[in-house]
Amino acid sequence: MKKISIKMLPDDEYFVGHKGCGGCGGSLILRWTLKALGERCHIVIPAGCMSAIGFIYPQMALGVNAMIAPFAATGAVLSGIAAVIRAKGLTDIPVVGFAGDGATADIGLQSLSGALDRREKIIYICYDNEAYMNTGIQRSSATPQGARTTTSPSGQTAFAGSKKDLLRIAAAHGIPYAATASVGHPADFLRKLDRARQIDGPSFLHVFAPCPTGWGCATDATTELGRSVVTTGLWPLLEWDHGKIRINQAPHSFAPLATYLAPQARFRGLEANQIEALAAERDRTWVALRAWERETTNSVLA
Amino acid sequence: MASVEFLSGNEAVAQAVRLARPRVIAAYPITPQTTVVERLSEIVEAGELDAQFVHVESEHSALALLMGSAAMGARTFTATSSQGLLYMAECLYYASGGRWPLVMMNANRALALPWNIYGDQSDSLALISSGWIQAYAEDAQEALDMIIQAYAVAEDIEVRTPVLVNLDGFVLTHTYEAVSVPDQLEVDRFLPPPDLPEGYPGTFSMSKPQSLAITAGPGDYTVFKYQQHAAVMHSAAVIRSVGEKFHQHFGRGATGLIEGYRSEDAEFILITLGSVSGTVRQAIDELRRQGVAVGMLRLRYLRPFPTEELVEYLYSSTRTRHVQNIGVLEKDISFGHQGSVSLEVKSALYEYASRQGGAAVPVLNFVAGLGGQDISGEDVQNIFLELASSVNAANQSQQTLSAPGFSDVRFLGLEPFREENQHQDAA
Repeated sequence: MKKISIKMLPDDEYFVGHKGCGGCGGSLILRWTLKALGERCHIVIPAGCMSAIGFIYPQMALGVNAMIAPFAATGAVLSGIAAVIRAKGLTDIPVVGFAGDGATADIGLQSLSGALDRREKIIYICYDNEAYMNTGIQRSSATPQGARTTTSPSGQTAFAGSKKDLLRIAAAHGIPYAATASVGHPADFLRKLDRARQIDGPSFLHVFAPCPTGWGCATDATTELGRSVVTTGLWPLLEWDHGKIRINQAPHSFAPLATYLAPQARFRGLEANQIEALAAERDRTWVALRAWERETTNSVLA
Repeated sequence: MASVEFLSGNEAVAQAVRLARPRVIAAYPITPQTTVVERLSEIVEAGELDAQFVHVESEHSALALLMGSAAMGARTFTATSSQGLLYMAECLYYASGGRWPLVMMNANRALALPWNIYGDQSDSLALISSGWIQAYAEDAQEALDMIIQAYAVAEDIEVRTPVLVNLDGFVLTHTYEAVSVPDQLEVDRFLPPPDLPEGYPGTFSMSKPQSLAITAGPGDYTVFKYQQHAAVMHSAAVIRSVGEKFHQHFGRGATGLIEGYRSEDAEFILITLGSVSGTVRQAIDELRRQGVAVGMLRLRYLRPFPTEELVEYLYSSTRTRHVQNIGVLEKDISFGHQGSVSLEVKSALYEYASRQGGAAVPVLNFVAGLGGQDISGEDVQNIFLELASSVNAANQSQQTLSAPGFSDVRFLGLEPFREENQHQDAA
């Protein structure tokens, strides 16, 4: 198995001619994923942006075996492919799910849970653009606090719940490998994809993927937001590997939240006290993360 | 050599699945389907079937999973019932649109509310337009035979359409009878190999990567649906030829989509489906002894709907008597109209009558067996007698109570439903 790294990415393209919006984070991650995993990869994409822009008859944008799953069933369709790979004794066929946050955290959570529980040999990638973008920017359970969507028009309704913690949900299944990544850190993402590919069992990657259309940011801001979300501490880069959680980047101090929030129309209208509340929530998250890291590092079971 | 075993309907299905050698079985429990997947798990654990037995987390996932396996070119199986069938409804349409040759068994069971685990046909009839071929078994032997034939029909290159084989919950799924179980070698000779050939439409390919389960806009969508309809229509001929081939191999089984019983000279015909047919046969024999010319047509398949066969049975020039009156006995009601099967039959007869000129034979709808309600031999005899008397009454008067009226549905054990009755009650 050749190692995946950003310098070694082949020129081959497996996702071309699609109808994605300018600056689409999700399509960029999909492109890298397929370059890295190559032509033997089988990919399952549920209803959502990536399927809507990639499979319009007769112009197919995917250069590998690919299939749209029912919205709720990415994990199940992946399991069906993995079962036949087991049955036929096939090797070196990466089975990859590529699903948005709605298809993962909401409607597809049951199916994902089943696939993780059965220890299917799959790589499940959730590209998280923090709302239902394909249907027109409606709130999902991955929408962050304070973000405006077309079903949380003031941004205030989103405060009712906090973003579901998919990494902990995946880790709670006791799977071998799960990680967060960001489109702003491609080398980190590819290293994690490489690790996921070598796991004999399920792996879960939760990848931050800006959506300029839905977020009201510039189409060339995708990568920068993918970096500032990390430096502000809002999107910790993490790795869960065989029972231990590792914080990949632990900044001594966080960049001001405004560096991340201000370029996005969805956060316009947040009051100073609400931004302070977001910062407080972030700090609590980090305290818990550090405790989790200590706990799993010291665990005799890990 | 075939062996004769004492099996329930569900166990007969499990044996048929073992013989068909699927690569992947997705299992999720629901009463009264459970013993199918229980037996199959034992068969797989015992090494009698080399299949991946996958414990899924829902019926929706069961069918979705099998679509992934079928896309990989593998033969598959799952079974469900009632709420489970409806929970996977989205995937039924998805699978037929994707043209995957899946085979699924359904234990016909009532739908909530009220909760009821017993048999009726509301579940599968609710999904009659889902693009699946729908078969209804009368007994455990036919269930076994239908499952084996279902793979041959579904995988036929011109058909490529999933098949739902229905067994009446409990009455058939849980009752035991002697069943002839064929030898593995014989079934291997009858069925194609369990892996779909490279290049089979709807499957992945390592040499030529495929995008499956695609999107089609308003300009193309209709063409896909037209092709799907054409495939299901064509499947009628394939069902017959597979049935004939099965008969040659195993020496048994009906070959048509409809099976008649003493219908050639019958004036009063009851059209029905599923396990109640046995009770109907007995009632017919009894009434024949009393000199009443009654008969039955049993619908073995509801999709494709056997319009031509039905017309042939009812209007054939070789008939010795004209059909006076038809009853449709079904375990289902399409609320606000009548039973789904009655609507199917009436549609076929109307088409025939409107082309040939003249009136269609009157059809009375008998809704019985809902939620496991017992249908006795006496009940069926009474249905036949009502068919006979309503013709006589209609001859005497246009306005008799027993003459069929619009929206006239008889619920077994209740007064006939009529709108005017309801108005009287209200007044």
